[in-house]
Amino acid sequence: MRTVAVVGASLAGLSAARSLRKQGYGGRLVVIGDELHRPYDRPPLSKEFLSGTLGEAELALESDDEDLQAEWLLGVRATGLDHARRVVRLGDGREVQADGVVIATGAAARTLPGSEGLAGVHTLRTLDDARALRDELTRGGRLVVIGGGFIGAEVASTAYALGLDVTVVEAAPTPLAGPLGETMGAIVSALHADHGVRLECGVGVKGLSGETRIDAVLLEDGRSIPADIVVVGVGARPNVEWLADSGIALDNGVKCGSDGRTSLAGVVAVGDCANWYDPRAGFHRRVEHWTGARERPDAAVATLLAGGAVEPGVPRPPYFWSDQYGVKIQFAGHAAGADSVTIEAGAADDRDVLAVYRRAGDPVAVLGMNQPRLFTRWRKQLAATAS
Amino acid sequence: MMIPACRLEDLPRGEAHRLDIDPPVSVFHTDDGELFAIDDTCTHQDASLADGWLEGCEVECPLHASKFDLRTGAVDAPPAKLPVRTHEVVVEDGMIHVRLSMDAPNLPPCISARLAGGPA
Repeated sequence: MRTVAVVGASLAGLSAARSLRKQGYGGRLVVIGDELHRPYDRPPLSKEFLSGTLGEAELALESDDEDLQAEWLLGVRATGLDHARRVVRLGDGREVQADGVVIATGAAARTLPGSEGLAGVHTLRTLDDARALRDELTRGGRLVVIGGGFIGAEVASTAYALGLDVTVVEAAPTPLAGPLGETMGAIVSALHADHGVRLECGVGVKGLSGETRIDAVLLEDGRSIPADIVVVGVGARPNVEWLADSGIALDNGVKCGSDGRTSLAGVVAVGDCANWYDPRAGFHRRVEHWTGARERPDAAVATLLAGGAVEPGVPRPPYFWSDQYGVKIQFAGHAAGADSVTIEAGAADDRDVLAVYRRAGDPVAVLGMNQPRLFTRWRKQLAATAS
Repeated sequence: MMIPACRLEDLPRGEAHRLDIDPPVSVFHTDDGELFAIDDTCTHQDASLADGWLEGCEVECPLHASKFDLRTGAVDAPPAKLPVRTHEVVVEDGMIHVRLSMDAPNLPPCISARLAGGPA
């Protein structure tokens, strides 16, 4: 393999570039990123960076003396993959010839129809998004967060700490019920009320009101919530439009095997855009976690370099964390499919619980709130029983 | 400076013991029976590595999964970028002692600010 193009320059792309060099690939390495920035860490964008306690320099994912011997094409979007010619097409008309391709184009924040061009309405995905939102939050006012998921909850928590008046609107009856289940979703999202942040559940958003700038969020039950700033946190969609004509199999992102391989030879996919097959579950799962973007490129790169001749190891149960109102929330495994949740330590009222999800008696997931030590033990145990 | 940590018999393999000095230091007893001491605080954020995932000669930060080599203090991948200090471990009469490194620690920004007297 003489040239590998890594399409995407965030955590998954950088991790893939590192894995390539670590696994002995000595050929030409081209990293393509649509943002102008060098790879940066996204989790702080809704937390320490948004609150102003962490600066931009500290977001850098590369260390000062790191040199991957890569060509960085930044600020340019990949617009197509021509597999027959082994070419990645770029938005500025250039082409990158590559016999190996790592797709790591991530995901984009979903928006609300009708919110385009209305000042004061934000999504949060990129550093530029975070800069714009931070500038507005420092001016204070009434913030309405649409979506009670992790991004929404973290933004609400940060804005609360900055002194804003915050309301969270969630269409589902219980926030976080998808990733955490109903019981624990309710306990975690009770953190909002603990701090005087209003949480409106089970009501959809009908629209946004305002001439040039947002002035209110209109709910489907007829109510109107005055707003100076709105953050739309309603999930993300995989960035795979550029692959539409490539012939690659797409299904909720790039459809991948359990080792990152795609339907095209010499092409693997990692990170938020990749829908990997989960052999234990027996179906594909697109995992949008930081740790997946960091860990899975190792396996995908091994697949790429070996031409698919390696047997993938058993991946660890997916893990993610969140920080809300000073509480460290950690989760590993899959809540869906659990038939019971028990609190093994701590107390829900104290917001320091360790909860274990089981299916037919076997642990399948674990949630910790301010329980890092116990959480690690359970996470290790989950990995041991899973392998 | 030599500091007594704990008795060897009180630290089973696979476990860690944190010394609550400032900055804290942890002694790890690996599954292979080796003893190592490193700074307990992850260089990325305020997390106790004694709470982390010990595997072989590496400990993974309990929060954000950077792994530190107990032998060298080196970190493998982000979000942490700087190594932790390593300290010499001495066992005398069944007692584990730590000889503290004289190097400057690599503490995360929030802790450095606190030690410097600034806002945490």
